[in-house]
Amino acid sequence: MSKLRAFGAFWYDFVIGDDWLVAVGVVIGLAGTYGLNRAGVTAWWLLPLLLLLLLPASLRRAISAPLLPRRRREQHRPPASPHTPPAN
Amino acid sequence: MNAGASALFLAVFLACAVEAVEATTIVLAAGTARDWRSAGTGTFAALAVLAVIVAVLGPAVSYIPLRGLRVVVGALLLVFGLQWLRKAILRASGHKALHDEDKIYREQIAAAAGQQARSSLLAPDWYGFVLSFKGVLLEGLEVVFIVLTFGSNAKNIGLAAIAAGAAVVIIAATGFAVKAPLARVPENTLKFVVGIMLTSFGVFWGGEGAGANWPGSDAALLVIIPAIALFGLGLTALLRRAGGGSGGSAVAQVPAAQATP
Repeated sequence: MSKLRAFGAFWYDFVIGDDWLVAVGVVIGLAGTYGLNRAGVTAWWLLPLLLLLLLPASLRRAISAPLLPRRRREQHRPPASPHTPPAN
Repeated sequence: MNAGASALFLAVFLACAVEAVEATTIVLAAGTARDWRSAGTGTFAALAVLAVIVAVLGPAVSYIPLRGLRVVVGALLLVFGLQWLRKAILRASGHKALHDEDKIYREQIAAAAGQQARSSLLAPDWYGFVLSFKGVLLEGLEVVFIVLTFGSNAKNIGLAAIAAGAAVVIIAATGFAVKAPLARVPENTLKFVVGIMLTSFGVFWGGEGAGANWPGSDAALLVIIPAIALFGLGLTALLRRAGGGSGGSAVAQVPAAQATP
């Protein structure tokens, strides 16, 4: 069970990453583009517009309250081992 | 080479160079602190596994309809690209510690030196083998993903593979020539550029896959890439002015070891 959980956690971290809002926003943007196109409306502008909103929103979330504790945790991170590959 | 092919080559080359720097650091640490033969065996074992994965996945990708592939790959590139760009902006504006290959190398050396030696049939030092195997496999998987997704979407897997191969060979050869972590490679700047490229291709291919018709077709990339770059730089300047920290700048890189808080 714990291996399954670790497997799920690996893929969640790999695909979704630090901010789920980005992944949800991207899915909404692609679905919206598809919907507009199906309705016969020009749709290329939707993803760039979404990007203009999504990136500042994600940055705002990153630099709000949890920033300081997260930086402290990073400083006291235990040394890497073969089981903990370095992050990007 | 036309503009689209040049953008493809540049995007794949830079993205794979970043992965190669990280893999090289891990292998160098395993070789220096443990045993070069084991680190080498681990590297070749990981490359063999990667070759099998490419042999299986490569032909499979060509059977997926291009439009469906573009939606999925566009979505993944957008999510990955925005994550990279977000981290790069946070680093450049001082809200996050710079990625520091020197520090990672020292940590890997310390961790590796503290482990007891255990030999096996495959390698004289099992820890050194596993360390380099996992490092090369994980970073190599990202290289494979980049080549297959970029190459198949642009219908030019050959060019993507050449770009990736060039990046890996140049970085690995440099790393092993100097036998030191590649701290002088402006990795944080590279990550900023790669974030811009991944996001740009994600917007373009994701939009196309979802049915959008870009004005100017492929030439739209020549507007999307600089526009996202300017947006990223603008956000960095805004965050820096709003007050960040002393993390450093991804644009004018300082020695990372000094800049890391």
